[in-house]
Amino acid sequence: MVSFITNLINGISLGSIYAIIAIGYTMVYGISKMLNFAHGDIIMVGAFVAFIIISGLNLPAALGIIAAVIVCTALGIAIEKIAYKPLRHAASPLAVLITAIGVSYFLENAALLLFGSDPKIFTSVVPFTNVTIGPFLIPGTTLISILVSLVLVILLQFFINKTKPGQAMLACAQDRDAASLMGISVNNTITLTFAIGSALAAIAGVLLCSAYPSLSPYTGAMPGIKAFVAAVFGGIGSVPGAMIGGILLGVIEILGRTYISSQLSDAIVFAVLIVVLLVKPTGLLGKNIQEKV
Amino acid sequence: MKKMQKFISLALAVVMTAGLLAGCGSTSAGTSAATTSGASASGSTFKIGGIGPLTGTAAVYGTAVKNAAQIAVDEVNAAGGINGSQVELKFEDDELDAEKSVNAYNTLKDWGMQMLVGSVTSACSIAVSEKTKADSMFQITPSGSAADCVKYDNVFRVCFSDPNQGVASADYIADNKVATKVAVIYDSSDVYSSGIYQKFDAEAKTKNLSIVSAEAFTGDSKTDFSAQLQKAKDAGADLVFLPIYYTEASIILTQANSMGYAPKFFGCDGLDGILAMKNFDTKLAEGVMLLTPFAADATDELTQKFVAAYKKAYTDTPNQFAADAYDAIYAIKAAAEAGKVTPSMKTSEMCTAMEKAMTTITLTGLTGTITWTADGEPSKTPKAVEIKDGAYVSMK
Repeated sequence: MVSFITNLINGISLGSIYAIIAIGYTMVYGISKMLNFAHGDIIMVGAFVAFIIISGLNLPAALGIIAAVIVCTALGIAIEKIAYKPLRHAASPLAVLITAIGVSYFLENAALLLFGSDPKIFTSVVPFTNVTIGPFLIPGTTLISILVSLVLVILLQFFINKTKPGQAMLACAQDRDAASLMGISVNNTITLTFAIGSALAAIAGVLLCSAYPSLSPYTGAMPGIKAFVAAVFGGIGSVPGAMIGGILLGVIEILGRTYISSQLSDAIVFAVLIVVLLVKPTGLLGKNIQEKV
Repeated sequence: MKKMQKFISLALAVVMTAGLLAGCGSTSAGTSAATTSGASASGSTFKIGGIGPLTGTAAVYGTAVKNAAQIAVDEVNAAGGINGSQVELKFEDDELDAEKSVNAYNTLKDWGMQMLVGSVTSACSIAVSEKTKADSMFQITPSGSAADCVKYDNVFRVCFSDPNQGVASADYIADNKVATKVAVIYDSSDVYSSGIYQKFDAEAKTKNLSIVSAEAFTGDSKTDFSAQLQKAKDAGADLVFLPIYYTEASIILTQANSMGYAPKFFGCDGLDGILAMKNFDTKLAEGVMLLTPFAADATDELTQKFVAAYKKAYTDTPNQFAADAYDAIYAIKAAAEAGKVTPSMKTSEMCTAMEKAMTTITLTGLTGTITWTADGEPSKTPKAVEIKDGAYVSMK
């Protein structure tokens, strides 16, 4: 029993990281209706920026996080303007999807060129290490990750539903043409979405590397894909769904690894995705919107 | 809704295909370089060729082999040569490319090579062994560890093969009673790691070591080891065997520490380099044991003399590849003396004599006291080192 609960805690630790990445993923998808496969690599860039500030220049961790957020926001806006915007009206949604994969490889290889392939060890930004409750040990990064993702979910919900730019985002998500007729600048709204999504990626990157302190140009790739699965699992486009999906996915992965097979853990994760899509195609909290003909 | 489902399944298919493609790719870059030692060519000198990557991504390995082989040759020549004949060494670059390795072999043959030290890496060594087999030329690879490197009678190696590291680790743990309950964490997507694990598992059974948990991870998910460590802890393992590279090992040590699990950790040569990692808290590696053929700070006279000579000549600390190459040259010397080989013999006669002599010699080298079997494998006692106060300390 003790070991089961410990495994559960480990699963929530991993899941809380997925959750924080998935929030950014799902938010960008929800508004711009495009899967930003470069999201995982923006996470990696954020982690590298923080790493350079904190470990390279020996500046305080807070400064590293702020710098990571600023750089990633700028990067997100730049990617959107250069790579995605010209393709927004392309005939096939595939064009922008392929471009996103291209951006992902571009970022990975640029980082490979700049920082080399050898993994760096990231110094945790979480000021305390562990909390012990009875026989259970809860990593500090887990508490912080859960707290941060909760705060982010609440803030984002408030922002989207209660503020003017947030309403504009919702309008764009529902019908771009109608929104632009109502005087909403669709381009600016989508740029804002990417800015926020990339800022979230920076925070996710710092937390990811605080929990799992190995940083390389490929650090963001697999967590990015898992977080995408988590976002689909929770209902892509739904911010609370991404959080729940992320945590559930982490728990499934760790329990699968412990009680079924450590070799099959990734297979189990993706099998869960397939089952969810078969049974409930919109995900756990996804809205079932009827498309009008 | 249908549209979105289609879209998502399409997206997933694209990602998975991209993942597959990402695995492909090759590296080959740089320019070729060749060097010769100062000695003059004539019928009265042994001509030994060397092949390895002097440029490109594995340049560290090839350069170490070339440098150390040169040190050994210079020492041999200063001490009167082999059977009274001087030794000449010529080293060619193969850029870690099997085809270029064969080209390098042809170049060396034109030069008049009689015996070959190389290639440094497994794939190149296997490619060249096809040529040495056809030409009946004696070949000894310092560091080609794949099983196929020594499949021909004329090829020998100095390093342990990958599978043998597993056997040696199990033997060391059992014979020295380091532990009785062992857990293993290995990389099932890597041939080095899973190769060692399989042999370790088989040998552990014959040595009555009980493996209480054997957990895998893959190259795609190598950051979270909490489940594997938790299983090892629950199974009561007092030693965790890590036949993996040092990057993942450093994460495992960090995570074990944060969950308050402190077993003995034991690894193979892949762990060599863990102390050199930037930002890694070396206190976490305190007490970690690893099986490695060579530790530059070992205190025996031979090692100290070699390390000093290497540092003086190349201002660098030699690694295990250098030690393997040094031993390779001395193995040639010992076998040539035992087989009464002279430079005037034909290459194929020399090869037959060397093949026979190799199985009779016992070499006290940098990587241990070595004897060879007829199938080309070295038999030596593995050296274990323990990390103490942030340095590798040799165990008895």
